[in-house]
Amino acid sequence: MSEPPTTTKTPEQAPPPPPEHHQHPPYQAHHFDTMVQQVDAGKLGMWVFLATEILMFGGLFCAYAVWRANNFEAFDIGYAYLSWEYGAFNTLVLLASSFTMAWAVRAIQLNQQALCFTLMGLTLLGGVIFMGIKAIEYDTKFSAGMGPGIFYEAPERAVKYFAEHPEATEVAGVADSPEVADAGGTAETADAAPQDDASGEADGQAAASTNTNGTALPSGGEVAEQGIVERVERKTARHADLAEMPEGYYWKHPPEQLLQARPFFSIYFLMTGLHGIHVLIGMGLIGWIMLRVKQGEFNSEYNAPVDLVGLYWHLVDLVWIFLFPLLYLI
Amino acid sequence: MSTTATNTNIEPHGPHGSELNYLNHSRGLWSWLTTLDHKRIGVMYLVAILSSFFLGGMFAILVRTEHVAPGSTLMGSDMYNQMFTLHGAIMVFLFIIPGIPAALGNFMLPIMLGTKDVAFPRLNLTSFYLWCFGAVFFVVALLSGGIDTGWTFYTPYSTSLGAGGVIPAVMGVFILGFSSILTGLNFIATIHMLRAPGMTWFRMPLFLWALYSTAIIQILATPVLAITLLLLITERAIGIGIFDPALGGDAVLYQHFFWFYSHPAVYIMILPAMGIVSELVATFSHKHVFGYKFIAFSSIAIALLGFLVWGHHMFVTGQSALAGTIFSLITFSIAIPSAVKVFNWLATMHDGSIDLKSPMLYAMSFIWVFTLGGLTGLPLGTMSTNIPLHDTYFVVAHFHYVMVGGTVFAFLGGLIYWWPKMFGKLFSEKWMVVSWALIFIGFNLTFFIQFIMGMQGMPRRYANYLPEFTLYHQVSTVGAWVQLIGFLVMAGVLLHSLMAGRRCGMNVWGATTLEWQTASPPPHENFHGTPYGGNLYDFQNIDYDEERDDYVRAAEPRQAEH
Repeated sequence: MSEPPTTTKTPEQAPPPPPEHHQHPPYQAHHFDTMVQQVDAGKLGMWVFLATEILMFGGLFCAYAVWRANNFEAFDIGYAYLSWEYGAFNTLVLLASSFTMAWAVRAIQLNQQALCFTLMGLTLLGGVIFMGIKAIEYDTKFSAGMGPGIFYEAPERAVKYFAEHPEATEVAGVADSPEVADAGGTAETADAAPQDDASGEADGQAAASTNTNGTALPSGGEVAEQGIVERVERKTARHADLAEMPEGYYWKHPPEQLLQARPFFSIYFLMTGLHGIHVLIGMGLIGWIMLRVKQGEFNSEYNAPVDLVGLYWHLVDLVWIFLFPLLYLI
Repeated sequence: MSTTATNTNIEPHGPHGSELNYLNHSRGLWSWLTTLDHKRIGVMYLVAILSSFFLGGMFAILVRTEHVAPGSTLMGSDMYNQMFTLHGAIMVFLFIIPGIPAALGNFMLPIMLGTKDVAFPRLNLTSFYLWCFGAVFFVVALLSGGIDTGWTFYTPYSTSLGAGGVIPAVMGVFILGFSSILTGLNFIATIHMLRAPGMTWFRMPLFLWALYSTAIIQILATPVLAITLLLLITERAIGIGIFDPALGGDAVLYQHFFWFYSHPAVYIMILPAMGIVSELVATFSHKHVFGYKFIAFSSIAIALLGFLVWGHHMFVTGQSALAGTIFSLITFSIAIPSAVKVFNWLATMHDGSIDLKSPMLYAMSFIWVFTLGGLTGLPLGTMSTNIPLHDTYFVVAHFHYVMVGGTVFAFLGGLIYWWPKMFGKLFSEKWMVVSWALIFIGFNLTFFIQFIMGMQGMPRRYANYLPEFTLYHQVSTVGAWVQLIGFLVMAGVLLHSLMAGRRCGMNVWGATTLEWQTASPPPHENFHGTPYGGNLYDFQNIDYDEERDDYVRAAEPRQAEH
């Protein structure tokens, strides 16, 4: 192994001493030699951090995939209760906010302080609108009894609902549901065209559910079904008027199918919940950077933090782009 | 001779502990708690990690003492479950995963790289406080009923039954995970961006290659643990139904998620240790490392291959034979880069001028013990032999051989190797050797017999055992107590060194890496002037200087022999 001749150095050949202290720009940290090094290090750090976020959400997406493969009915039934309009609107809002964020970064690179501040404010507004819609969605779900885990009371509510609204049992399959019958629901399915898409769905689902002997869960029998219902009843604190439904809401499936859909809502809340937490974190970061922009800390020479927060916001947007079709559209 | 020393970094006042160093740079507790100096953060981590090691060790002593006779000796079965769970969880999450990177890596990485600090000093301090925060959650867990699920928190026990401390403990691990991720992120950015002039990638010390590979695992694997733990917590708290079969979930899915992180995690544990061994073997053989590039690349190979073998923890869970075969094959392949390292260390030692100082004793112990432990991984990685060995003491012996005989030995070796650098004090070599002997003998007494026990069928995590295993358990327990004495002696040696040890010079061991070209303890900014990173493992040009009682760089550089 031959070493190049300049390997060992005498003092004369040593690299030049670093520049005089305090000759570096005010925003350069002491352990960096140049601003370029500092900015590059920051960018590398941010991208590595984004990689970790992707790995974390990746785990959740993996759980989604496994769940969906094992419990397809859950997804097929559950997603019908999500409003794709809200989801699509949220997607557009986040895309627009990513646009304003990217523009804000450009603005500060061109030293357009006021424009940058305004654009970041718009980005923040986008986040607020997004979270607002999510709040509405969550509220609707919870009031309808379709929360995650132990907050899932859909089957009980459906039973009671159909018992009190006999005309709603037009939805095919519901009339045959033993639970509805037990609760005093009528067998009058009679006339009228049931809603096309609902019955289409329900037809398929009804066939599936009757094929499996009315067991709601893929892995359990009646005992397991009992267990869940008992657990839910035991742990659920709210017993509001189970028959009341939020405006525009109605049950499209018989109770046993709603029981099957339980996992869907767990994963919906997990994924959108974790995403929502990241949106809030992003909003906090944007707010902080906005303050610093207001204080004139950034200019065309130094704007790395704006860039890095922008990267974070883009990741948050990207995760939603994946979440939306997986939960709302398929 | 001494006046013509060629290094630009020598403290003008002389190398025997400069007047101003990182320890006395500023005073007061607040200056330590708010420090951004990686050296101080490293020292704080060291105290925290050694305390965790002591705590985890105490639980180990309780476990082993319980086993000194069949039946209940000190405690009932429920308490026993808590003891081994706490031993495992504390040792894994509070000691061994942060261990070398946080305590030794934080201190040494920037200095070995020839720079002033890590890329993100405030993030470094944040990592430390996250560690503390996670540790607090463990205390809360202890007070909430403890944990008895095993450190692996397998479902459905952990989600439905389990002692009351499961959620706080899992939250603690979640937080500790972020400490690990941010440390890894910091190291990656530092190594990419802040190398000294002249220090190309292949002139970096091998410890830094090891830390870099470890950092890759930290950032890629730990987030998956984070989400797994979140799923566990929500499952336990509100019954989302992902892992619980009664709710339509899949308990084995948890194991897949968990081991997807936890297998790479064991490489987080061992890679930095191997990096330390590379440094120790080079220094104490006074010879450049044989096959430098092979060792560097083998670290990366182990890091990457480690992501593909998690199923070897799950051969008996009912996964398909095809999956098992693939996991088994790739598990075997990881033996290759590990063996490459062992052969290269031995080749480094061959024809070197070996100095049997105490750090070298630890390095050599590592090579022997790690090889044994690694070899026992092969019957565990083979599906047919895994079946009778799974969940027996054979597994326990295997991982203690590689984690204690491997990582802990390397950690101790690195600790005493860098101790004079960190604190400027020497320790009693004689008593350090005594403690090494006690630890080495005690370790082998404790764990070798567990291989035999496991092959005879003694299951792990059992509070009771059949009378025919009594003698084995007693030998193992005696070994544990011998280790305890060894560790106490070592603690005494180190504390004595802090209080009354002799001051030392820049380069106590005659090493060549950059940290030995600055004062002991180092100044606040690590170097006076900019070091040049070109002379890696260049032992030809390191001479012992009688006058200074120190090793210095030769005045006229000698050409390398080949």
